[in-house]
Amino acid sequence: MQTKYRILLPLISLAVLLAATFWMQPRTMSYFGVNLLFNLAVPIALATIAQMMIIMVNDIDLGMGAFVSLVACVVATFLQDTPVLGTIMLIGLILSYAAMGALIHRLELPAIVVTLGMSFVWGGLALFILPSPGGASPGWLRALMTSKPPLMPMAVVAAILFSIVTHLLIMRSGIGTVLRGVGGNTRAVQRAGWSVIWLKALAYGLAGLFAVLAGMALVGLTTSADANIALRYTLLSIAGVILGGGEFIGGKVSPTGAVIGALTLTLASSFLNFMRLNPDWQIGAQGAILILVLTARLLFAKREART
Amino acid sequence: MKTAVMLLTTATLALSAGAAMADTSGKRIALSNNYAGNSWRQAMLKTFEETADQAVSDGVVAAADAYTTSENQTTEQAAQIQNMILQGYDAILLNAASPTALNGAVKEACDAGVLVVSFDSIVTEPCAYRIAVDFVEMGRQEVEYLSERLPEGGKLLEIRGLAGVSTDDAISQGIHNGVEEFPQFEVVGSVHGDWAQDVAQKAVSGILPSLPEVVGVVTQGGDGYGAAQAFAAAGRETPLIILGNRQDEMAWWAEQRDANGYETLSLSIAPGVASLAFWVAQQILDGEEVPKDLTVPFLKITQDTLDEQLASTPVGSVANVAYTLEDAKAVIAGAK
Repeated sequence: MQTKYRILLPLISLAVLLAATFWMQPRTMSYFGVNLLFNLAVPIALATIAQMMIIMVNDIDLGMGAFVSLVACVVATFLQDTPVLGTIMLIGLILSYAAMGALIHRLELPAIVVTLGMSFVWGGLALFILPSPGGASPGWLRALMTSKPPLMPMAVVAAILFSIVTHLLIMRSGIGTVLRGVGGNTRAVQRAGWSVIWLKALAYGLAGLFAVLAGMALVGLTTSADANIALRYTLLSIAGVILGGGEFIGGKVSPTGAVIGALTLTLASSFLNFMRLNPDWQIGAQGAILILVLTARLLFAKREART
Repeated sequence: MKTAVMLLTTATLALSAGAAMADTSGKRIALSNNYAGNSWRQAMLKTFEETADQAVSDGVVAAADAYTTSENQTTEQAAQIQNMILQGYDAILLNAASPTALNGAVKEACDAGVLVVSFDSIVTEPCAYRIAVDFVEMGRQEVEYLSERLPEGGKLLEIRGLAGVSTDDAISQGIHNGVEEFPQFEVVGSVHGDWAQDVAQKAVSGILPSLPEVVGVVTQGGDGYGAAQAFAAAGRETPLIILGNRQDEMAWWAEQRDANGYETLSLSIAPGVASLAFWVAQQILDGEEVPKDLTVPFLKITQDTLDEQLASTPVGSVANVAYTLEDAKAVIAGAK
């Protein structure tokens, strides 16, 4: 599938789902409604971008949810009480993500195992920092996440902003192209004189950065944290990347698609909620939506390959 | 003529009855529940459904729907609450996945003019109402009971609930307060049983070989039967296990009592607290002045009431009480 059309299918899926939601629950068709529908998608979108950074270099991160939870715990405690120490800790977390990337490359370890292992470390640290739910959101973060910009709700503004920034970074900039090259053909990038270990560390570091932003956004919305707050983000972020037109291998990713994928997933669960579907069926239905979109993508890709 | 008069009287009666409830007859209430994976929550949903269906058919409220999130996650429940605001409910009853992490969504609801009544697992957001259970006191009473039964004291095994959940913290806090109050007891081991018999059994089996002789097991409910099984499997003498009103626990207790005179105490929250929350919300919607913090008593089963409770509890369920409008009024009056 050509990159140009890669974004088309996610966009159509989102539009169809949004139209169905508006039709089913007309109350959502307002500034207030759209904000309530999508504000919890903002941290998911950031986590999805983080996951995309890792999928971009042919790896997969099974510790994303635990890491975002840990960040949320740090934000709700240290960043709130001692901003300087909190900031240092968050930077430390980003650096440890970069180090994890370098380690995975240096020792040729499977990322899926290392990140899964690290998820228990993140989870343990989170429980250590916040043994029971609590903490508080820093005031400025709360103000930012509940801000009411003119014309468009905060969630929409944020989604557009993330798409533009990451699109410029990954699709347009020189270093972004090289990073995607690591996923496409590592050896070629290496022969061209790039240090792959640094590139991997950079990709993981970027993932860490966006995961930290996800944790901050989440606390801004919920006003507090607990050690399990974002565990769902691991699978949601992977699904979001794939739903948004990304592929598991080959450095084929789409930042805009990832953001749209995250919005679609969030909307899908609200839609199922409005349908009053039995919760036992909801996870299954969510999966069905995912399979439906992926099937559509496969059909498009096949038709294109034939022509 | 006679029939006509009677009809008229009935109509007037129906009208006056309708008028008394007219204030909330157009209101819609939603239940936001974060978890349905154990007997307690299943009983809670069932009681709520019965109360709600009755209330809807009586015309007390227009609708009362129960929603459960498909995964026990705060982020998902926050989204669920926001969806309820969009669905135009007048009140949200909330059994929360976290006391604080839903505050953002609860605030959104309050700002949109939606009444929020949290119960069982409550939220701290000041604009919401809370029907709380004194879980700390429940933990303390467990140790107090042990001190009556075993005045010479001894070593205790503690089975906790789901890590990171406030209820677990509160009960455990109470147990440790109790141990401080009755220093003849000492907690020598602590495992997480996640309020589920199978998890508790596995956890207790894992820690048993490393434990000295324990005289009592303090629990949080839903874990007593599993603990008993673990002790039996290890070939150790069954200590005094505090139970949590589950049917399997009570059945085991009755069996032990008949076999060797086993005596213990069982206490937990009646899942019917959801129906209490329903009536409290109805009262607030009706314009009743209600304090923000209410307390619900816990349901205690003793040796004397065991047979009666066991008979009225379905297999796989938990001892229950369905609260009525009068109960809600009494709780409200008690808090004023």
